[in-house]
Amino acid sequence: MKKLLRYIKGYEKETIIAPLFKMLEACFELLVPLVVANIIDVGIKNHDTVYIWQQGGLMVLLAVVGLASSLTAQYFAAKSALGFGTALRRDLFRHIDTLSYTELDGIGTPTLVTRMTSDVNQVQNGVNMTLRLLLRSPFIIIGALILAFGISPRLTLLFLVVTVVISLVIYGIMHTTMPIYRDAQNSLDKVTLLTCENYVGARVVRAFARQADELDTFTRTNDHLKHIQVRAGRISALLNPMTYLIVNLGIVALLWQGGMEVSVGNLTQGEVIALINYMTQILTNLLRMADLVVSVSRALASGVRVNEILNTATSMPDPAAKTLEPVEGAPAVAFEDVHFAYKGAGGESLTGIRFSAAPGETVGVIGGTGSGKSTLINLVSRFYDATGGKVLLFGHPAGAYSFAQLRRLVGVVPQQAMLFTGTIRDNLRWANPDATDEELWQALEIAQAAEFVRGKPGGLDEKVDTAGRNFSGGQRQRLTIARALAAKPKILILDDSASALDFATDAALRKAIKEQTVGMTVFIVSQRAASVQRADQILVLDDGALVGKGRHAALLESCPVYKEICLSQLSREEVEKTL
Amino acid sequence: MSKKKQTKSGATIRRVLGLIRPYRGQVVLTLFLAALTVFTTLLAPVLTGKAVDFIIGPGQVDFAGLLKLAIAILVTIFVTAASQWLMGVVNSRITFQVVRDIRVQAFAHLEILPLSYIDAHRPGDTISRLTTDVEQFSDGLLMGFTQLFTGVLTILGTLAVMLTIDWTIALVVVALTPLSIFVARFIAEHTYSMFRVQSETRAELTSLVEELVGNEHLVRAFGYESRAEARFDTINEELHRCGVRATFFSSLTNPCTRFVNALVYAAVGILGAFSAIGGAITVGGLSVFLNYANQYTKPFNDISGVMTELQNALACAQRVFDLIDETPILPDAPDAAALPHGAGSVEFSHVKFRYVPEVPLIEDMNLTARPGQRIALVGPTGCGKTTLVNLLMRFYEINGGTLTVDGHPIDAVTRDSLRANFGMVLQETWLKAGTVAENIAYGKPDATREEIIAAAKKARAHSFITRLPQGYDTPITEDGGNISQGQRQLLCIARVMLRRPPILILDEATSSIDTRTEVLVQDAFEELMKGRTSFIVAHRLSTIKNADQILVMKAGNIIEQGTHEELLTRNGFYANLYRSQFAPA
Repeated sequence: MKKLLRYIKGYEKETIIAPLFKMLEACFELLVPLVVANIIDVGIKNHDTVYIWQQGGLMVLLAVVGLASSLTAQYFAAKSALGFGTALRRDLFRHIDTLSYTELDGIGTPTLVTRMTSDVNQVQNGVNMTLRLLLRSPFIIIGALILAFGISPRLTLLFLVVTVVISLVIYGIMHTTMPIYRDAQNSLDKVTLLTCENYVGARVVRAFARQADELDTFTRTNDHLKHIQVRAGRISALLNPMTYLIVNLGIVALLWQGGMEVSVGNLTQGEVIALINYMTQILTNLLRMADLVVSVSRALASGVRVNEILNTATSMPDPAAKTLEPVEGAPAVAFEDVHFAYKGAGGESLTGIRFSAAPGETVGVIGGTGSGKSTLINLVSRFYDATGGKVLLFGHPAGAYSFAQLRRLVGVVPQQAMLFTGTIRDNLRWANPDATDEELWQALEIAQAAEFVRGKPGGLDEKVDTAGRNFSGGQRQRLTIARALAAKPKILILDDSASALDFATDAALRKAIKEQTVGMTVFIVSQRAASVQRADQILVLDDGALVGKGRHAALLESCPVYKEICLSQLSREEVEKTL
Repeated sequence: MSKKKQTKSGATIRRVLGLIRPYRGQVVLTLFLAALTVFTTLLAPVLTGKAVDFIIGPGQVDFAGLLKLAIAILVTIFVTAASQWLMGVVNSRITFQVVRDIRVQAFAHLEILPLSYIDAHRPGDTISRLTTDVEQFSDGLLMGFTQLFTGVLTILGTLAVMLTIDWTIALVVVALTPLSIFVARFIAEHTYSMFRVQSETRAELTSLVEELVGNEHLVRAFGYESRAEARFDTINEELHRCGVRATFFSSLTNPCTRFVNALVYAAVGILGAFSAIGGAITVGGLSVFLNYANQYTKPFNDISGVMTELQNALACAQRVFDLIDETPILPDAPDAAALPHGAGSVEFSHVKFRYVPEVPLIEDMNLTARPGQRIALVGPTGCGKTTLVNLLMRFYEINGGTLTVDGHPIDAVTRDSLRANFGMVLQETWLKAGTVAENIAYGKPDATREEIIAAAKKARAHSFITRLPQGYDTPITEDGGNISQGQRQLLCIARVMLRRPPILILDEATSSIDTRTEVLVQDAFEELMKGRTSFIVAHRLSTIKNADQILVMKAGNIIEQGTHEELLTRNGFYANLYRSQFAPA
């Protein structure tokens, strides 16, 4: 938590002033019952109208001063909390930008989004509430106890007993209902799951005519949920009556004992009324505190989660090196006995990989799911560091390049064709912010996307909706290819990025890349034998090992795994035809 | 607010009341308890005030009277506590029962909604109607029950008691109290626009974060970090600016209403003191007034809170009702017979179909699939294979022509029996959260374990299932993370295998399956297709070439139809497709 507290920096003044003024306001509120006691004991008793006016005026004054200090407190609390939240959010965002793929995989991007948004908001609200309210209620409770002690030390014991018993009741009820509410939440999750299943799987449910059974399951789940909720309701409905009962029992005892004290002259009538007032104030504030404790503990939990992210250090800091010149005659990519294991994984995902690709060469990478294809190309773009061996790009270790140079050197088209809100131009300029329109059109031509972009009324300025939803899967894929091409990388990686394209477009794309990007080393990762068969070099992966390396025809002869893959997709005659 | 909107919310209220009607006994009970609670709650301070009047000064304490009142107070507070608790219990019962009813009703409707609705609406929307909206509705309902009625009664009761004690002071309280509501409303109105700006900015920030942080891998891959940070900072600063304003101004409500209350309190104190001097009220009476003055604004604030909450609850209820009111599928014809498992012939005759009436799709489709034939569907992804599933299994209604299965027009038989004649295995596999065995038996819930295992063996799924940690009883997780895509497909095949339908709709794997599993799937498909009429969305040339008929589809339309040889001779789209894949570049 200490780590989070430093975001108060720059707002220390506000952070101290806010609760101070809040306490001031509480002081004024605590004085009111004493003033009322004076009105009764002095003003009414002595029929002193001037005194009554004076004390009445004092009450108004207290109210005005109370309002002023309260407003001051709210203002500073808002400034401090929002300042805190903004700084925290800013730092968290920057911190996330330093995390490497290893950390991102471990935490998961959806989690990061929640941490950035709702968790930070919770913490911000928590700070705001703590400053405004959390100190106020305990202060009033303690103040009320002290003032009650000042009025009648003998009756203070009664106050202490009532305070303790109410606290215990509140704690007991919250403690009992908490697990029930957790049950209810689980049950509610099941309701959500069933709804989702039946919506997404509507075709299957109907194909098997299971609608009635599904409804039955849903009904039973809901009955169960209702049962839990009613049970929780029964217990939590105890809170108000129980505390009410205790406070009023306290008041009855107060009246009785107070009566005795008044009878012997230790106490006045007005003071009895003041004591009753303090008793009610204690109850109100204990209940308010219980509410607050729940919200603040929620904020604390969020704080812990945000802190987890901030405490996650990147395993791959930016080397921030000078621009490196390619080594004369070195291959574009060279793997020297490369091993790789994902963090926390039992075995290696890549073992002893060795190959080199000359500038301008097309490299096909093929293999089944989990064979290590994506891992291999992730090492080329240095999303991960090899755990053994060397990955060299143009003669330098991948780790020697600054991120800025590395990202311009290697262009990636990921499996998931993801676009961002904005225009087509914004999206194409992701890798190269300075690309001219001419360069963008060139990239679109190669990616087989120029035709449909030209067909859009806005052309390059055509709006792209969230996640590119207003484009078809195939269009999105071609735009992501153009995005990578627009930066004119020396190495281009196509990670199964033609899966949504029909065979004809796929073939045209490969042809265009081959002809129009002279000198570019292209990696084509695919499960389709047809997509890689014309590569200058095909890498065949099986269970993390490189089991074949060479051209299509040679591999068909020498590599059983490659042959198996080809035959599982094409008939024998067709395979022969490709030779 | 327009009149139309008002009548609409009126209709919503009537429907909500209709939902509550079955529990009217409990509603009457809770209303009675509310009245009782309010009565005794108001009585307690009066009794306390009277007790105070027995404690005047040294030697002037009437212990006998005090004792009587103490007993009376004890009885009162016990009654209050008991009836308040019972009221809470009854309220939560009513609420959660109503919630359960509305949820089940909505879910039941979900099962009869046409697929056209389901396809056109994202699941998140419907799910939030059944979860979040219903929750909000229940919260509002619960609050409405507990606070609206008691609030009104409290206001009236307090007023009555105050008037009986001293009407002048009562008038002052009545005149001043609404001030706090005006203040609260004034602040709410003036902060509304700030709040809107704040929530808009926050939404903007959230969507930026979702987009950038949600795709952090890409941000890093393209070196977009500094540009991302610049975009983020702009909105974050903006949020800071409008956030401080919105937070501060909205936090004014409590101090300001407290201030008004304090003024009322002071006024009551002064006036009461003068009345007490004049002998119009006792000191005890004054304490009752002070007590009431302290609490009089609470029910007002509660009620105004309830009003917003109720409006929100009604809006949520309306969203659920909207779902329930969606036109369901046409019921099966009254004389619809059950279609028995037949030989499996399918005939399309001049079938016309459009998803959107204005957009032509299938205008005149003719096809005869004889029992046991294989029909391959060929074309790019998204070419419209689902359309065929939609029509064959009557998920959508055809707009013209006839579609018959074994000679029966499909709209003349019951949907369930029609669908029982089909087995479908699609690439987008759907499995339930449940065990492997439960999923295989989904189409035949009474299947024995032996039958399930036999089906799994035929589907080539048995060997991987036995390697799972708990074999057939292994639970399949929500995202299916514990089994691969190919294995999921094998389970779907086993599911169909158990039902032995005469007609199949199969979807060949493209890229997501690993080679080894693909061989298994291919094997299982062969096993499944034996003696059955099959429609296959084909990606493998061998499947296409061996098919009895090929349907070439593009953008939802059938553009060519025939055997492999016929289509090659025609030298059209298919021939082009074939050459682009297999001819050298």
